[in-house]
Formats: sequence, structure tokens, C-alpha cells
Amino acid sequence: MAFRSAWVPVGRAEDVPLLEGRSVTVGPQRIAVFRLPSGWAAIDHACPHRGGPLADGIVADRCVTCPLHNRRYDLRTGMQVGGDDRVATYEIREAADGTLELLVPAALMVGTEDLAQSAPLGSGV
Amino acid sequence: MAALRIITDGGTGSSGGSGPDPRRILVIGGGIAGQAVVERVRERDTHVAITLLCGEDRLPYDRVSLSRILAEGEDASVLQLRPEAWYADRGVDVRLGSRVTALDADAGTATLATGEVLTFDRAVLCTGSDAFVPPIPGTDAPGVEVFRGPEDCEAIAAAVTAADAGRAVVIGGGLLGLEAAYGIATLGCPVTVVHLMDRLMERQLDAGAAALLAPAIEGLGVDVLLETSTTSIDAGPDGRVAGLTFADGTALRAGLVVVAVGIKPQAELARASGLAVERGIVVDDRMVTSHPKVLSVGECAQHRGVCHGIVAPIHEQAAVAADTLTGAADSAYLGSIPSAKLKVMGVGLVTAGEASGEREVLVADAGVYRKLVVDAEDRVVGTVLLGDTRGAELLLEAVRSGLEAPDPLALLAAASAATAAELPDAAQICNCNGVCKGDILKAITDGDLGSTQEVVSVTRAGAGCGSCKPLVTELLAHARGGAVEEATYLCPCKKLTRADIAGHVRDGGLQSVSEIATACGAGRDCGACKPGMAYLVSEINGNQHREERHARFINDRVHANIQNDGTFSVVPRMRGGVTTPAELRRIADVADKYDIPTVKVTGGQRIDLLGVRKEDLPAVWEELDMPSGHAYAKSVRTVKTCVGTTHCRFGLGDAMGVGIELETAMEGLYTPAKVKAAVTGCPRNCAEAYVKDIGLVAVEGGWEIYVGGAAGASVRKGDLLATVDTADEAQRVALAFLQYYREHADYLERTYTYMERVGPEAVQAEVLDPEKQEEYLERYRIAKAACDPDPWKERHAPATPKQFASLDTAPALLPVGPPAGAEA
Repeated sequence: MAFRSAWVPVGRAEDVPLLEGRSVTVGPQRIAVFRLPSGWAAIDHACPHRGGPLADGIVADRCVTCPLHNRRYDLRTGMQVGGDDRVATYEIREAADGTLELLVPAALMVGTEDLAQSAPLGSGV
Repeated sequence: MAALRIITDGGTGSSGGSGPDPRRILVIGGGIAGQAVVERVRERDTHVAITLLCGEDRLPYDRVSLSRILAEGEDASVLQLRPEAWYADRGVDVRLGSRVTALDADAGTATLATGEVLTFDRAVLCTGSDAFVPPIPGTDAPGVEVFRGPEDCEAIAAAVTAADAGRAVVIGGGLLGLEAAYGIATLGCPVTVVHLMDRLMERQLDAGAAALLAPAIEGLGVDVLLETSTTSIDAGPDGRVAGLTFADGTALRAGLVVVAVGIKPQAELARASGLAVERGIVVDDRMVTSHPKVLSVGECAQHRGVCHGIVAPIHEQAAVAADTLTGAADSAYLGSIPSAKLKVMGVGLVTAGEASGEREVLVADAGVYRKLVVDAEDRVVGTVLLGDTRGAELLLEAVRSGLEAPDPLALLAAASAATAAELPDAAQICNCNGVCKGDILKAITDGDLGSTQEVVSVTRAGAGCGSCKPLVTELLAHARGGAVEEATYLCPCKKLTRADIAGHVRDGGLQSVSEIATACGAGRDCGACKPGMAYLVSEINGNQHREERHARFINDRVHANIQNDGTFSVVPRMRGGVTTPAELRRIADVADKYDIPTVKVTGGQRIDLLGVRKEDLPAVWEELDMPSGHAYAKSVRTVKTCVGTTHCRFGLGDAMGVGIELETAMEGLYTPAKVKAAVTGCPRNCAEAYVKDIGLVAVEGGWEIYVGGAAGASVRKGDLLATVDTADEAQRVALAFLQYYREHADYLERTYTYMERVGPEAVQAEVLDPEKQEEYLERYRIAKAACDPDPWKERHAPATPKQFASLDTAPALLPVGPPAGAEA
């Protein structure tokens, strides 16, 4: 079947403290979710360098530092600060009832059929 | 939910591909070359379908660094070039354990060992090479290994650690053989290198340099036998290797033989497919083989008669192959200048290009050999630097660019005094993070950077092993036109020192890192200074601050030490290194129950359980029923002891008793950097108190207190702070020093650096003055009373939601313990 991108519930807002991250598995991918003073951010959990757990990193206003070797990524663009690596970024929102919802791109919809609660939005990312 | 799996981009061999782009590139071979081709192609074309076939059951890894597995005991996974997710993110269909048995270039099909048939538009053969095993009788005996992959390293390490290994012999005195021998010597096994030629590394070195290399290698505990031809490898009665016989009739006993004489391009598949193969697979300047649909890159490829066995050419070839495959540019590979760097501790050796030639200039001294080779047109064509590799970046660049040097001796002399300023912009300064001089200068100018620390923080040069930091400082000084203002900033982003921020905390009565951020902006840009500020605000407030976990490193959020695979290590408190049978039983039971892969006795006389998953931490702590050892924190770690007067016939003091008391008095306190301590019962110093941050030594009639000792990255005997009459007095001095250090040192500044900086007299004036000593002790008692002696109690009352869990896993439920403080 062809997959389309969709908003998928990934957890509860109250489970992510301010300026910390928590990880969640979506389809084939682990994604790190962060609560920032300005809102929410979501990026790939694995650091492209050596696979360090980015949700465990120290978070500043707009970036996270990998706990293994201190690579730093901008949480809005996914770009490595002071380097050429990048991590994927995802759209994330908090629903009125406190559910965190992630816009899962089509490529990651493998294995998430049972998660998609709302009808697919649009035709792609 | 689905476990992580690699996305295959569309079907294979059918027209069912998902993308609009039907082109498919098949990369055969998952080594450095295969990976480089995939990366270069993806940079140029984000759509074309790429399939990477790895013959081994692992993702591409850095074979060049193989000796690290042996010499440093690194896990093979450290060498992996890209994490699994990288391939999924870039739509690369990577298949492990996939061997191609037949290739039909005309039809564009590859048949796998499983019988599956893949189609391709273009194929790239990156089959690499095999270890070359010369036709010596006996090479098939158990105990004869090659040095080619992580499995070989494991086999070598296993053979070395076997009780009866005896001597190991490495056949081959080239780069690979020497690195293998060094790795084996590091494991504590006597090793002999047997080399056919009259000098080591004859392909890279001239006779003069080789004559100096041999004693340097022997200095590492490796015997060298030159001009020795092995005629047979002999097995013992059990069939395992027992020794070697040489052409001159002599023999050598050995329990392990490693064959490292060279490599043999792996070209069988190409040959069977009808491609032109000589020594390797013949390619043209565009990396295309004798069939237009098939390219080849790496050690298996033969270009202009040469098969390269080193890494740099692979990257140059991969870039050209990617241009050819994607049509991104019309580029040509014109060959590479061979260069080599011996990765052996304490032996500096860098070579590039020719080792001898038309004109040679040479500077040689005891253990030092520096040579430059110039051709008839005055162009630099080679260099050999042994023992003193200063200026290597400059000379390598000169060889690479064929620099014209009418006065080569002057260039060689200039190189040894070369300042950072004279390096070309393209010269790589930080090899760990691949940062060039030009990158650093640009960052300094663009960001108006004023300290080494800022440059490291922005460019990441020096953030790896740190060996290039002096060079970074030099570049900075040059760029700023003079000496560098080396203020140590706690927050480099806002240029605030520890004293600046402490001023804000005191003046504003600040209680938390967030309040500091509001007051002066520190910690908001990159966040790197937040743990330092968390320490500062806790110290100034006598631990009655407002704790914020977001300001703490992950280790201090989950009270365990994060490991290279994201799991954690657990070290329970074992005061003075003294334990009980009951504790040992519980540790054993926990290790069994939670499948803990490694149980290790630490240097601090306690037991480390490594490889614990984050979500298992609360249950592991509950069943251990021991307090946290704070082995993960910038805090007081352990007090190592000897048995002292309790058992030892030489004992002068009760080392175990005093050590346990001292550890109890200090535990739970955070410090600028970790603090290791020891109490030893006599000057024989079995507990190594002279080289601890705080060391107590029992002497006839009293105790000595040493501070600022170290035996890690730096080795330093501590300064004798005082000699006192009783163990109680010794502990008072030790605790006053601890508090003094907590209040004065910069964050991450160990006691040995601090003592070097301020000198022992300044410290004695504060800590030994009776009035001041009492003030330090009073502030110590306040901080101690408010500290958390056992953060592992958070297993019953997590400090944050899902502290040990993921968003999609439930936190482990533990019986709620007694209310906090009930036992105090």
C-alpha cells in the first residue's frame, strides 16, 4: 500500500519536562521529542556521528548536545552547529487534551498504520 | 510497534520502485570504499536508487583504525562509520551478509548467494582485498591468524589472553605488521616481528629511517628479526601452532602467529564476470572497468598499474566514480601520492611520496630523522619524518601540491620551526573532527573569538583527543595579532567567567540555573555551561539551591554513567573498597538477572556493572540495595585503602577504618571535577595515596596529607599539605581542603591543575590556619547536611516524569519505600 504522511499520537505532554527530551519509536525510527521555552521540537533520536541518544542531551533554548561526543544540533533546522551533519526534523504539536502529535512523513509510515488516528493530511511532506 | 528497520527504497529487480527515478546503482562491498562511493553519489544525486551489499554481517566500519580494537580494547562498534539510521534517512538500501556469486554486466544483473537476482544500471565493485597469506606450510593450523577484520582482532586477543600463549610472532614488518605487534604487546604478551627484508617498512622508509625505527619499536617491547625467511609454521601435538622454523635452520616457539605481510586485491568476481583483471580490476581515469556499466573503487581496483592499499586514494577515487555515475562533473583520477602514518604510541612516523630520489636533504639526530626528497625540477616529491614530526602538515601539503623548493634544506628547517601561521589554509589541524586551518581562521574572524575555549567550542577543533589544542591557540594568537587573552569562561557564548556568574548568584540571591539564565543570559545559547552553573549555584547556596535536572548532564539525571552504546554503568558505593559476602551475592544475582554483559573491578576498589539499560536502572538499584557510588558524577568518588593495621605486619595506621570514615564524610558532595582519595597504612603506599586528589598516609607517629596527586592523563605526586599527629586531625585537614577546592577551583579543574596554578603555599595559608580551617569545615558541614547521599532513592520517587523511561514505555513500578528522610 502507499503510505501518506499523517499526525500520529506519540505520548503525553506532561511526560516531557521543560528543556529535556524523551524518545519514542515511530515505525522504523526512534525520534527525540523536546519541550523548549518556545514550544515543541522533534528530531531523530540517533546522533549521525556514533548513534548517541540525543533525547538524553543537554538542551538550550534552541539546540541539543549529544551526550556521547558533544556534537550539537539546531532543533529547528536539524543542522549540526559547527559541522556538516544534520538530523531529520519533524513537525510536532500538543493537542488540547495534552496528547503530543507528530507529523510522520510518508517514508516512516511503515508499521504505523495502527497508530494513525486522524485521516492523512495533504498528499505528502 | 516496529523495531528499527532499514527502509528499502522500492522493489528490487522489478519495476515496482516507489520513486520516479528508475536508475539503480549497485555498490558491491561494504568497506570504506563502498561507503565512500555511496556518500559521494548521494551528495550529488538524492534520487537515484542505491543498494549497498555488505559481505560481512556488519555495516561499513573504519578498517584503518583496526589496531585500536587490539591496542585500546575498543569495541568493534566504535569503528562503525555511520549509524543504522543514516542509511534509512538517505534512502540507501543496505543489505548485510549479502555476497554476489555472479555478475552479468551486459544484462545488468547480480546474483546473490541466496539465489536472489538484483538488477542494476551501473555496478561499482568495492570488493577490497584479502590478507595475503604466503605459501608457507602450516598457515592453516589453529593459532595462525591474519590481521584484517574485527573478528581477527578478537581471535588474536583471545589467543593472547589464553594462559599458555607464550610468545606471539607477527610475520611482516610493514605498517600493518607493526601495528598488529604493538597491539599484542599492549595486551602484555611478548611478541617478535619476523620480516623478510633487511629493514622495516621498506616500502615507505629508506635504510636510515628504518635503522632508527627498529630500536624505537624494540623500545615498546617488540623484538625485531630482519632478513628472516619463515620456511614453516609448526604445530604441536594438539594440532595448534607451537612455533616457526626459519630458512637458516633456527626455530622460535610461539603460541600465536599473525600473518601480516600484505594484501591481495579481491578480484575473483570481476574475473569470473569477464572483466579485465591483472593484479586488480583494471580501471581507467574515470574508474570504469573494461565494461562500461561496471566501475571499481578501492583496494581491488588497479589504476595505471597501481593497486593502492591505503585509505586516502579511496576517497579520491570515490569522488571521481560518483562524478562518472551521476554525470555531475567530468572529472578524472590521476593517481595518488602514497602517505602513511604509523599508529603506534610513542613512535612518531609520517611519510609521504618517495623515500629517496634525485636530491635529498636530511637532518638526523639521536632518534630523529627528517628527510625531504626533491626531483630534478626542484619539486618536493617525498618526505620521511621519524621521531620528530613537527611541521608534518606543512610538508605533506608540499608533497601533495608538488611545491617548488629550490632550497629544500631551508624548507625542512622552516618546517621544524613552522608556526601555525605558515600552514596552508587547506592543512588539517584537527584530525579527529576534520577541521582545516581555513575553517578555524574563518570562525575566529566571523565570530570575533578571543579564547582557545571559544574556538574549540565553535569549530570543534581540539574537541576530540585534544592534541591539536596548542596549534589552535597558536592560530588564534596569530589571527588576533598577538598573545591570546586566555580568560577561562564558564559560559563562552556570553563571555562570562566563573567569578562573573558567582557575582550574579550572590548579588541576586539566585537559586537556580534558570534564574542565572534570566539574569545574564548564560546557558541559553549552547547549554554547554549548564552543568557548571548547576554546580556553582549549588555550591554557593550550600546545596539549598533549586535543583533543575535540565541543567545536568544525562549521568546526573539518571545517576549512572552513559556508555558508548547508550547503556549505563552502575557502581554501588563500597566504602574503602571493603565489601561483604552478602553484597557480593546480591551483585552476582543482579548481574545474572539483568543479563549484565560486563562486571568489572574498578581502579577505585569497587565493582562496576556495565551495559545496563536505562529502564532497568531502578530495578537494578532496588535489588542491589546499596547506595550510589557517584561514579558517574563530578563529585567525590571513592577512598581507596590498604588493609593497614587490621592485617598488615607493616601497618602503621588503621587505613580501612579511616578510609571508610573519610568516604562517609565526603560522599554525596559534588565538586568542580571528580575527586579520588586514598588512605594508606604506611609509606609503602599500597593504596596509591601519593597520586590521589586527596591522600592520607600513615607514618611513624602520625599522618601525612597529600593533595593534588594524579595518575591518569597526567601523572603527578601530590603536594604534602601537612603532617599531623592523629587520624582525626588528618581528616579535618582533608575535609577543609575539600571545601576549599569546592569553593575556589574552576569547573572541571582537577586538584592537580589547581595546585599547579596556585601553588601549595596559598592553599596551606587557607586550610591550615586554625580560624579559616574552622570556617571551611563549618561550610562543609552545611553543604554535607543538605546533600543527597543516595540519589538512587529516586527509584521510589522519580525526580521527573519518565525519568528512566521513553515516552512509549511505562516506567517500572517499584514498591514505594519509606518516606524521604525517615531513616535520617
